[in-house]
Amino acid sequence: MSPAAALPQTGYNFAYLDEGTKRMIRRAILKAVAVPGYQVPFAAREMPMPYGWGTGGVQVTAAILGASDVLKVIDQGADDTTNAVSIRRFFGRTAGVATTTRTAEATVIQTRHRIPETPLTEGQILVYQVPIPEPLRFLEPRETETRQLHALAEYGLMHVKLYEDIARHGHIATTYAYPVEVAGRYVMDPSPTPKFDNPKMDDCPALQLFGAGREKRIYAVPPHTRVRSLDFEDHPFRVQRFERPCALCGAEDVYLDEVVLDDAGGRMFVCSDTDHCETRRDAIAHGESA
Amino acid sequence: MALQQGFADPVHDAQGVFRAALEGLSRPALIRSLPTKVAPPPPLTPELAALALALADADTPLWLDPPLAASEAVAAFLRFHTGAPLVSNPAEAVFAIIADPQNAPDFAAFAQGTPDYPDHSTTLILALGHLESGTGHAFSGPGIKGVARLDAAPVPADWQERLGTNHAGFPLGIDLILTAPGRIAGLPRSTRLLQPAEV
Repeated sequence: MSPAAALPQTGYNFAYLDEGTKRMIRRAILKAVAVPGYQVPFAAREMPMPYGWGTGGVQVTAAILGASDVLKVIDQGADDTTNAVSIRRFFGRTAGVATTTRTAEATVIQTRHRIPETPLTEGQILVYQVPIPEPLRFLEPRETETRQLHALAEYGLMHVKLYEDIARHGHIATTYAYPVEVAGRYVMDPSPTPKFDNPKMDDCPALQLFGAGREKRIYAVPPHTRVRSLDFEDHPFRVQRFERPCALCGAEDVYLDEVVLDDAGGRMFVCSDTDHCETRRDAIAHGESA
Repeated sequence: MALQQGFADPVHDAQGVFRAALEGLSRPALIRSLPTKVAPPPPLTPELAALALALADADTPLWLDPPLAASEAVAAFLRFHTGAPLVSNPAEAVFAIIADPQNAPDFAAFAQGTPDYPDHSTTLILALGHLESGTGHAFSGPGIKGVARLDAAPVPADWQERLGTNHAGFPLGIDLILTAPGRIAGLPRSTRLLQPAEV
C-alpha cells in the first residue's frame, strides 16, 4: 500500500472535480441507491481522459472519495495495466489518497469489467466503469421507448433475446454483460463483466455503484440485495467453467485469461485477478520456505 | 445579526456528511455517526444544517417545515450557504428539511417522481430526538441483511401507515434521511416495514 501523500498537484480541487459537480453526482448516487437498478441521469463532465477509459467510474469515485480512503483500481482484473495505473495515479495526484493493489486493504475499488476474486466485505464500495448502461439498447435504440419499458417493467424483449440464443446455439450464449434483475424490479446491465462474476453481485456485502460517463447515467446495487441473472426454468443460468487451474498459482474456480506464448500454438491460462494470483503465490512460497 | 459559519472545511466536511448519508441510505435502518461542528440558528439542528450544506445548491429547491420557515435567521443561513431557492410548495422541493417531524405533512404532498423518472422525487431530512437501532419497527429490503430494527421518535401518529404506503408505490415515493444529535439513518422507498406477524 502506498501511503497518502501531501497533494503533489496544486491548482486542482480535492479529487479533481469542483464541489458543485460533486454535489450533483452525490445526489444522483443517493437516488440510485434508493431505487436499485434504475439508471439515474446525471450531468457528466468532460474528464481529462477519453470516453471509454472510465470517465463515468472516475466521476463516481471522485464524488465519494475522502482523504482517509484507500483506493484500488483494476482493469480486467489486473492492477498493472494502462487504464488501472493511470486512474490510480490520477487520484494519487489530485486527491493524495492512499492506493493499494490488495483487495482486502481497499475501501474503494474502481473496476473495469471484473469483480475481484477475494470476497468483498462490509464497508467497501465497488465502482464500475460502464460503457453502455442500458441493457435494452441493442434491442430498442430509442431512449424514450426503453424508458417506458423500464417504467412498465416490460422485459419480454430481453427474454426473447436469450431465447434466440437458445434457438440458435442450443444454450444461452451471452457470456458478458449478462442481464440481471435487481431486487425483483429493474433489469440492469452489470457492465461488460464476464457472466462468471454475476453470482458475486448477489447478496454482496459491499455497495456497488455504476458510472457511465458518455451515456451520463449512474446506477447502484445496495449491499445484501438480490441480484438474479435472467434465465429460463429449462435453461438455468450457468457460469462458464475452466478445465484447468491457473498455470501460475493453481487456483481453481477463478476466472482465467488466455495468454499466447509463441507463434506455435503455445498458450497458458492464468488468473485474470492479479492480486488474487500474487497473494496465493506468496502464500505458497512462504509455506514452502517455512 | 451576524451570520453563523458553515463548514470549517467545505471540501472534506461535505464529503464526510455525504458518505454518512450514502451509508445510511445504502444500509437502511442502520445508524451511522454524523459528527458536525456546524452551529446553525435554531430550530435548525446541526445535523439538518450539515446535510443541507453538503447536498443542496442552486439546483435543488428546499422546502422548510413551518417552525423552520418561521425563522428568518434559518432562511438567511440556508440561502447564504447553499444558494438554494426556498419553496412553499412541498411538491416542488428536492429536499424537505423538517425540524418538527411529528407534524410533517403527508408524504404524498411531496414529489413522488414519475414512472419514467422515479428519481424526480423529494428527499425528506428529519430531525428526531431519538434514533436507536436494534429495537423498534422491523424493516427488510435492499441493503438490509435479513431484518433490521429501527426505533425513531418523535414520528407522526400514522408513521407505519405512511411508510407502508410509500413503499407500496415503489419505484415511486420519497426517501427519508433521519437524524438525531450526532446520528443518521436512512429509510429509502425500497425499504419495507414488516408487520409483527412477519418477523
